[in-house]
Amino acid sequence: MIPWIAGLGGYFAFSDQLPFASQILITILFALSLDLVLGFAGIITLGHAAFYGTGAYAAGIYAVHVSHDPLSGLVVAGGAAALVGVLSGLVILRTHGLTQLMLTLAFATLLAEAANKASFITGGNDGLQGIEIDPIVGLFRFDMFGRTGYLYCLIVLFCGWLSLRVLLASPFGQSLVGIRENVTRMRAIGAPVAGRLLIAYSIGAALAGIAGGLLAQTTQFVGQSVLSFERSGEIVIILVFGGIGRIYGAFIGAAVYMIAQDQLAKSDPEFWNFWIGAILVLTVLFARGGILGLIDRWRRR
Amino acid sequence: MTAALEAIGLSKQFGAIGVANDIHFSLERGARQALIGPNGAGKTTFVNLLTGLIVPSAGRILLNGDDITRTGQAARARRGLARTFQINNLFPALSVLENVRLAVAEHRGLFTARRALIEEAHATLSRLGLHDDASTVVRQLPYGKQRLVEIAIALAAEPSVLLLDEPAAGVPGGESGIIFDVIEQLAAGMAVLMIEHDMDLVFRFARRITVLVRGSILVEGTPAEIAADSRVREVYLGTRAHD
Repeated sequence: MIPWIAGLGGYFAFSDQLPFASQILITILFALSLDLVLGFAGIITLGHAAFYGTGAYAAGIYAVHVSHDPLSGLVVAGGAAALVGVLSGLVILRTHGLTQLMLTLAFATLLAEAANKASFITGGNDGLQGIEIDPIVGLFRFDMFGRTGYLYCLIVLFCGWLSLRVLLASPFGQSLVGIRENVTRMRAIGAPVAGRLLIAYSIGAALAGIAGGLLAQTTQFVGQSVLSFERSGEIVIILVFGGIGRIYGAFIGAAVYMIAQDQLAKSDPEFWNFWIGAILVLTVLFARGGILGLIDRWRRR
Repeated sequence: MTAALEAIGLSKQFGAIGVANDIHFSLERGARQALIGPNGAGKTTFVNLLTGLIVPSAGRILLNGDDITRTGQAARARRGLARTFQINNLFPALSVLENVRLAVAEHRGLFTARRALIEEAHATLSRLGLHDDASTVVRQLPYGKQRLVEIAIALAAEPSVLLLDEPAAGVPGGESGIIFDVIEQLAAGMAVLMIEHDMDLVFRFARRITVLVRGSILVEGTPAEIAADSRVREVYLGTRAHD
């Protein structure tokens, strides 16, 4: 309940910084999608931005060329990312460990380069511009203060979180945990492991795509960085930072990381990256399980 | 009557080394059969071949008359071939109930109502005397009870064939009785093959015994025949032979 009270409270507390707050919500959804793939299904990935970027471009291109409707745009974003997830998953999920990591990385890099070359549709280096979005369900117009955008992101995040919770509590979600914990035994009790992982990977891709779609719609711009290695790496850092494999790690990780980054960049414009790095090193050394893990240990005392 | 499980000319070569050599083997419905042999005879390899963990170099495997030689491990399990592992192969971070529920869910299908799955998992636990440990995390369970969870997971799938790989391995002598009580109460229609080193238990359980030596079947017969076989005495039973 706490994240949602905070989310609603944020609307009033940060009313002058709602576009930034919306970015946090989008990053939370992106991190949640990674938590399904990495935290629950145990698929090692350093290329999750492939789906985020696919969703962003899909929603952007859809808005420019097809329709300004935001909701169908999100469906297109999620669908396109899921499709990319299925196709890449068929190859990536045949491998494990380091090979898997390198393949996800290679695949995301390929996609980023493809987006760069296909500048006639993606805008290439200049980014995709001219995205216009109609009012949501014809009623709620996106305003220049980002109020509608923030609430839109909050509602979509809520829906994403809810579906993920239902999914993870279902026998399907439990079987993913089983696969992560002991794949040999899961095969021995008859679980079609490859198919399960492919479904999980594609759902994770779809959620990441929706997050990307939200970004395109609320900022009305898609830059090449949505597909970048930095974006893939950053989201892993955020999840590790918050606590992996436990849903709320995505919330706390994204919020703390982005606010810290914002504050550090303001107070120390030259070396803020150093401080982010230092915080991460400290997290890995002294707070395994991330911030949530730290809270657990403190509670148990 | 077709056998529950049959191996026809089953072989496995690792390079020049044959770990299974032209094995002809059959397990009847409702069988209580033991697979014995000295260390390194290839007993676990044979079970791994039967369950699909290892792909054979030659030969065929039939489950209830159907050829499953090219069927994957998971698909064999779904067709009713269950096994336990010599070394615990559980979900240590999950509770006993969750361990068994995973197996029930695979058996009943993922769209079965959650409550039905939990009830069925509880029923399996009750049959094995694990009911009081349902919410205990497996890692924190005594080893003997973990061995019971191994069996519970296998039984949750209501298999027609059950392969037990040293079910009491690593369990202190005093506690192994609980495990064999469970094995003796298995459904009469289920075909059970057990690998076991403890000869007292083998002779108490088995109605037929297969002796495997260096990847080949040396002899198969009733316990009395096996105990009287001079070759078996020589390679395996030694002075512990039963008369």
